Amino acid sequence: MSEFPFVKVQKEDFDLTTEINALRKGHKDIGAVVSFVGTVRDINEGDDISVLKLEHYPGMTEKALETIRLQAHERWSLQSSMIIHRIGEMMPCDQIVLVAVSSRHREAAFEAAHFIMDYLKTNAPFWKKETFPNGETRWVDARISDKEAEARWHQPLNKEKPA
Amino acid sequence: MLEILYFANFREVLGQSQETLPSDNFKTVGCVLNALAERGEQWKMALAENNNLQIAVNHDVADRATALKAGDEIAFFPPVTGG
Repeated sequence: MSEFPFVKVQKEDFDLTTEINALRKGHKDIGAVVSFVGTVRDINEGDDISVLKLEHYPGMTEKALETIRLQAHERWSLQSSMIIHRIGEMMPCDQIVLVAVSSRHREAAFEAAHFIMDYLKTNAPFWKKETFPNGETRWVDARISDKEAEARWHQPLNKEKPA
Repeated sequence: MLEILYFANFREVLGQSQETLPSDNFKTVGCVLNALAERGEQWKMALAENNNLQIAVNHDVADRATALKAGDEIAFFPPVTGG
């Protein structure tokens, strides 16, 4: 068992059903489960991608993900949540990331899953490197749109949803 | 001593993933960056004069003004691109 049992950074693929069952286990008060699975695209910025390699900062990554998860629990009434992020080499169509959240009612789970993904994108120390079919490589640039997506959550807690 | 880590394209451009520096000489992250910049243009561009430089000290987000003490782990990396 890792230091943060609800955060996993791993080379191996994951099975959505298995993970959702684990998320729900022992909770009879769950009315909503929302999960997000990120997968590898075969095209980025108009270029064919054959391999995507994920590098991370061991130790800081787990801590950053746990911090984001706990922020979500502070902001919404959640029953359980988990984050799995893969590292190493992946191919198009492979699963990269899973965020799953459970709550009594759907709104909290929807919003919290969205929040966790937006913060993960801009705060967890992962870096993507693409390999093209000809063997050349390119580090993926951070997107301004990801920063903007995170910034939508900066407004104080209220009933309004981000635009 | 200070443990210095470089990630992603910084690791590639600078040709190393980690090194140790004596802690006595460096009161802040900015002092470390100034010393590294003296190694040459590549170091200056990647670190000291890079507006996109991200910094962590002991796994927490930091900046140039962050104070250092012996045994600290300092990481330099580009903006993150996970998910």
